[in-house]
Amino acid sequence: MTRRVAVIGFAQSPCLPEAGTTSGVETLVPVLREALAGAKMNRRDVDFWCSGSSDYLAGRAFSFVNAVDAIGAFPPICESHVEMDAAWAFYEAYVKILAGEAETALVYGFGKSSAGRLRRVLALQLDPYATAPLWPDSVSIAALQARLALDAGLISERDMAEVAARSRADAATNPYAQVAGQTTAERLLAEPYLADPLRAHDCAPVSDGASALVLAADDRARRQHDRPAWITGAAHRVDPQGLGERDLTTVPSATAAAAAVDLPDDLDVAELHAPFTHQELLLRTALGLGDKVRINPSGGALCGNPMFSAGLSRIGAAAAQVMSGRARRAAAHATSGPALQQNLVCVLEAQR
Amino acid sequence: MRRAAVLGTGQTHHRTRRTDVSMAGLCREAIDRAMADADTDWSQIDAVVLGKAPDLFEGVMMPELFLADAIGAAGRPLLRVHTAGSVGGATANVATSLIRAGVHRRVLAVAFEKQSESNAMWALSIQPPFSAPIGAGAGGYFAPHIRSYIRRCSAPEHIGALVAVKDRRNGALNPYAHLRQPDITLESVRASAMLWDPIRYDETCPSSDGACAVVLGDEAAAEASDRQVAWIRATAMRTEPTFFAGKDHVNPRAGAEAARALWDAAGIADPLDEVDVAELYVPFSWFEPMWLENLGFAEAGHGWKLTEAGETRIGGRLPVNPSGGVLCSNPIGASGLLRFAEAAMQVMGRAGDHQVAGARVALGHAYGGGSQFFSMWVVSTEP
Amino acid sequence: MVDTAQAPPLSAPLDISFDYTRSLGPVLGRFMTGLRDHRVYGGRTSDGRVHVPPLEYDPLTHAPVTDLVEVRPTGTVVTWTWMSRPLEGQPLTHPFGWALIRLDGADTALLHAVDAGSPDRMHTGMRVRVRWAADPVGHIRDIACFEPGEALPDASPGEPADATETPVTMMTTPIRLHYRHTTSVEEDRYLRALAQGRLLGQRCPVCRKVYVPPRVCPADGVPPEEEVAVADRGTITTFCVVNVPFAGQRLEPPYVVAQVLLDGADIPLSHLIVGCPADQVRMGMRVAAVWREPERWSTTPENIAHFAPTGEPEAPYESYADQL
Repeated sequence: MTRRVAVIGFAQSPCLPEAGTTSGVETLVPVLREALAGAKMNRRDVDFWCSGSSDYLAGRAFSFVNAVDAIGAFPPICESHVEMDAAWAFYEAYVKILAGEAETALVYGFGKSSAGRLRRVLALQLDPYATAPLWPDSVSIAALQARLALDAGLISERDMAEVAARSRADAATNPYAQVAGQTTAERLLAEPYLADPLRAHDCAPVSDGASALVLAADDRARRQHDRPAWITGAAHRVDPQGLGERDLTTVPSATAAAAAVDLPDDLDVAELHAPFTHQELLLRTALGLGDKVRINPSGGALCGNPMFSAGLSRIGAAAAQVMSGRARRAAAHATSGPALQQNLVCVLEAQR
Repeated sequence: MRRAAVLGTGQTHHRTRRTDVSMAGLCREAIDRAMADADTDWSQIDAVVLGKAPDLFEGVMMPELFLADAIGAAGRPLLRVHTAGSVGGATANVATSLIRAGVHRRVLAVAFEKQSESNAMWALSIQPPFSAPIGAGAGGYFAPHIRSYIRRCSAPEHIGALVAVKDRRNGALNPYAHLRQPDITLESVRASAMLWDPIRYDETCPSSDGACAVVLGDEAAAEASDRQVAWIRATAMRTEPTFFAGKDHVNPRAGAEAARALWDAAGIADPLDEVDVAELYVPFSWFEPMWLENLGFAEAGHGWKLTEAGETRIGGRLPVNPSGGVLCSNPIGASGLLRFAEAAMQVMGRAGDHQVAGARVALGHAYGGGSQFFSMWVVSTEP
Repeated sequence: MVDTAQAPPLSAPLDISFDYTRSLGPVLGRFMTGLRDHRVYGGRTSDGRVHVPPLEYDPLTHAPVTDLVEVRPTGTVVTWTWMSRPLEGQPLTHPFGWALIRLDGADTALLHAVDAGSPDRMHTGMRVRVRWAADPVGHIRDIACFEPGEALPDASPGEPADATETPVTMMTTPIRLHYRHTTSVEEDRYLRALAQGRLLGQRCPVCRKVYVPPRVCPADGVPPEEEVAVADRGTITTFCVVNVPFAGQRLEPPYVVAQVLLDGADIPLSHLIVGCPADQVRMGMRVAAVWREPERWSTTPENIAHFAPTGEPEAPYESYADQL
């Protein structure tokens, strides 16, 4: 019989423009504690720990090593780390449980995006020979993608502004959000361009923060939580990076990941990791999400985007919808790399 | 639990500077050899797991993203593992889990480091504000703990040099090794400069460019192979903090507990008796006796006796690092995967001139950080 | 005591800077050699498409790309944006456009800067031409940028390629990043005490161990509570003599780096031992902090210049054996 794995706990720090130490330890301590409390567990009950973070965000080699201090890792623990958004640490932990190598897992991600000049730091993700030496920043890269979609008539600047307005309105009830409030597309469209055709509202804020998720298998999940969010599918894919190589208006890796999980069409809600408004619109098409699916009730990454935990937080937010009974079936998505290069999709359900 | 096996391995010629290749070229040199060794076609690869140590070494943030196409990951799942020096081992273990979970049939694990793009000592010596300028370098971190080991078990002073002689001579049997020194002697090692007292120059690992790749498969893929595969009998990983009150830097508990879990899972009661060959992560010669104890091959305080008696040479009771080990080649991010791959090569009977005759059970071991991250596997000729 | 409750934790700039040396391999080497000679090469893949910049491996066959063909130094903007405030390291210091540009003869687009003067002059489909850098070396920045317009009448490659000139195999990429490093509440308190010449420890409420510097207890994962004054003297548990120079080093070898277990602390800290010849330093040796002149004290561990032997009898091995 195939094992089933569920999310049974989620916690996050507030998304703030500047908070916490470069090491992330002090931010993580309460987040780990709260995630475990939600799953009615203590740290000794965790079979496997997995985290996601980046040395370049902190400007130091081995920056994740320090964060282990937040766990209290003695006696020793079974632990691993990905140099990716923690959504992929979630995937590694999920697989570990599926393989029967662990019954429970805690996944965490953290990032102090404000430590450096984020849009410049992210240029180092680009091909180091012909592209990164020009220092193209992450906002400009996203703008190139947005214009392609606008020129192709796939989206409009008004569509983009409406995504921002809806996200900010939804974030008003999210105490962890950094950006929130009532506004209108008209008002947003009156603002100047930040990186033509992107305005400030089209771009996620620079956020510091952390989040953590608790996973468990089968009966263990049921014992720990009244309403586990069962993972009925999880998959990820990567596209070639070359910005001039791929059609930036499509997201083949997201489409392939959605196909791999057999993404249902009767989703109640989807949490998409779209740091730019146009990317939400491209993702909705790539994932085949219909108009009935409620997108990003948390406000999404546009209202708080701590690098390397924002993807994991999408999974947590979707799981929270299921665990609270607000949704029966939810999808979560995470992205990594320039212009939606790498994408992860998972489905969370109230029923196994 | 589903079974998993190594179908093939490949590695680069490791050198101080592989200026003849790009990063993609370096990875592909190892990958192409592994694919050929595994007799596997690109269309059969379901996922890629890439391991590498700090991104500051190459000055590329998450280089797997720009490499995705060249390493055959485009359109497939790609994971990037980073667990400090143990990362190569962790990469293999994560790939193993993907097979054991039944998610994939064949997974490509690849790890690399191109240290010549920068200077690892520079990257590791970046001094954050508010810290004292007590930089001592990588050797300076471990030398005090080696001194503690020598004091704790009253080991004779020449043990480290014995390990260096053995590993460098073994490296001379390995066509891929960075340092190949068939003529090295105990006298020459002891005459080499004392860098980080008590560590001498000839007792330290080099700084290398290099890559390693391993193709893993599920039971069906293994059984479809015409050649001997290396069955993965067990994997283990353990972590403890870098510093804490009462930490045992000589015999870290995380390593000992990982080993215990590993032997249990592999059904090995007496590792010294049942393991035929071990590839241990030994960046400074003295770590051989230290890890022999940590892994349970010897009682605490007695590891050096195995080394002194010549039992860790090829032909001894437990040959350690017949490939020459980290002392001969150290492309940091790949060093752990090289240990795991070399263990597999031994039980596959494909270790060439450094083959241990009749090797049926082999250990691959890696560690990282301040002796705090451990990853290991046991592979064997039979499932 | 100074009330620090309102002050934000100490923070300071952290700059990292290195000139990375990239070896190029056969495909990128030919591409960069071409740029040095004012020629742009693309790589032709098995489906006949010409990629600029060239791919090293064919996406369809996975085989190495070997067929490089020259394309024109003119092209068409596929998409663009406007950089109104250029960032450090970018191709131009005045406002410019970023664009994906499909060069004539290529099937894929190259990312580069367009010196258009104003966003009003940028549009999808606009024609641009390469503006070569003054001193080409075999680097993507040999293309200084693109500029609006068609090929110049004398569009032959500027300096004819000298066939005897050696091919480009390496490129250098300076990477300079600027961070702000922020301390924790505990570290902040420790540093402020240091500025007053005091060493401050804090006790973990769970294991009761005293950490210097104070920090979240790595064994228990909880913040420390009780403050504990710690002596500025202690015992060397173990040490090494650094004889080797290395990149990033701040001191001249030889010097001794020791683990010093301060009286009252439960974890050693790393520091320099000065005041006796290196070969006389011993495990168990008693040492005391040598502070710099108080006028120079600030919120830094550098207030303690080093540790020096006190002349007290050596501590017995058993007293520190469980700290090794």
